[in-house]
Amino acid sequence: MIHFDDVSKTYPDDSTALEEVSFVIEPKEFVSIVGHSGAGKTTLLKMFLGEEKPTKGKIFYEGVDISTLNKKEMDLFRRKIGVVFQDFRLIPNKNVYENIAFAMEAAGRTDEEIEADVPHVLDLVDLGKKIWNFPNELSGGEKQRVSIARAIVNQPDVIIADEPTGNLDPLNTFDIVQILKKINDLGTTVILTTHNKGVIDSLKKRVITMENGRIIRDDQQGKYVI
Amino acid sequence: MFWIKVKRIIRAGFFSFWRNGFISLSSILVMIVTLFVIGSVIFSSVVLKTTLDQLRDKVDINVYFITSAKEDDILAMKKNLEQLPEVLPPVEYVSREDELANFKKRHENDQFTLQALEELGENPLGATLNIKAKDPSNYESIARYIDSKTSEAVSNSIIDKVNYYQNKDAIDRLTKIINSANSLGLILTLFLVAISILITFNTIRLVIYMSRDEISVMRLVGASDRYIRGPFFVAGAIYGFLSAIVTLLIFYPVTLWLGGATANFFVGLNIFNYYTENFGEIFLIIVGSGVLIGSISSYLAVRKYLRV
Repeated sequence: MIHFDDVSKTYPDDSTALEEVSFVIEPKEFVSIVGHSGAGKTTLLKMFLGEEKPTKGKIFYEGVDISTLNKKEMDLFRRKIGVVFQDFRLIPNKNVYENIAFAMEAAGRTDEEIEADVPHVLDLVDLGKKIWNFPNELSGGEKQRVSIARAIVNQPDVIIADEPTGNLDPLNTFDIVQILKKINDLGTTVILTTHNKGVIDSLKKRVITMENGRIIRDDQQGKYVI
Repeated sequence: MFWIKVKRIIRAGFFSFWRNGFISLSSILVMIVTLFVIGSVIFSSVVLKTTLDQLRDKVDINVYFITSAKEDDILAMKKNLEQLPEVLPPVEYVSREDELANFKKRHENDQFTLQALEELGENPLGATLNIKAKDPSNYESIARYIDSKTSEAVSNSIIDKVNYYQNKDAIDRLTKIINSANSLGLILTLFLVAISILITFNTIRLVIYMSRDEISVMRLVGASDRYIRGPFFVAGAIYGFLSAIVTLLIFYPVTLWLGGATANFFVGLNIFNYYTENFGEIFLIIVGSGVLIGSISSYLAVRKYLRV
């Protein structure tokens, strides 16, 4: 499904973010990517989302080289991927309903679908009661659940979660991981990057470990070993 | 789908305008200044133009004919003159009798002069033609044309004298003043308008800078460029529209207050009357520039953050 083929990224000032990275992710997999800050995790995700282009190598999604996509195809491709960020990135002047509805509007869904799906997906992340609140009225954990709801509402093929628990306390962290697991059980591929040893050890799923832009381990039932 | 998108874009534009209350307010204030400058430029150019027109209207060439000139010949000359491209028709013809009546009226309190006139027995005054040019710079060529007519038939010329050469200095100076006032006004206008547009553009860029995270999120959920830009474009247009309305409201008391002063100072032009009489046109110009400046600034400013 996702194939990184010998991908390297060098910035104009000669600093290397990624070096000869190759791996394959199958459909319905739950993959965690771990490593210190600056190991290249975020760069890797950005390249998959087409925000940055590799200096060398190719990235394939369902057999298509994503560097060959034009602007419009890139928009369509991004609609198949849900993204969750460490800093939530909710739109501050839209309420919870509108934040989620926006992603559906962008994907060209009808008003009826939006009215039906938004409350449903909020129930899924247990936020049905906060539907008309604005982001500044929510706790960190709630914000992250809105952000997950937004990521899954278009039923994407892949969910990318970039340090989703980085700003949360242990209890909220546990909740978020449970939600991600549930999403994965329902058949969506999940790619998670994290620092959190506890999260990785409790998941018992595939772990890719990175250091200085290289993959140093790739274990099917991994643990956090750095 | 197209109309659903348009509806969503307009709705989102309204919401972002309303919910960013303070930012919207400050952008509107800046835009009001811009539109006020544009409006003042309109008014001052009108004042300048009327003043210059009135001055220009006071300038003309008078051709004095000898007393024995036949009326038919004079009228023929009047017709010739009116056909010249430089001359602003109609050329005014004042007959000998009218000239005498005017003279008597001018001197009705001057018994001595009237008595002298009476003693002469006949009308000593010749008829005149008063010629206005389309442009002050044309007087010279008109005068030359009349001169050529005079020398053509030296023996039986009917022209007594042409007063252009006595007025030449004044006419030349006025031409220069009018021309330089026009070009100076134009430069000043362009300069002021350019500065105020730049300030507005910068303010709106700042507003959109604060929304850069929002734009990047929109980008990542796969919204198309047009769909992201749309609401900013709409909000910009709303800024422009509201600022224009406020500006027009401000002009009402301002012109009312200045109206009397301008009517006295610039003979007869009351800018309050001008404002109310030409309200439709001024409304279109101010609202049009407001909406254009607001929406185009937003459109350009968002472009920077779309390169994700």
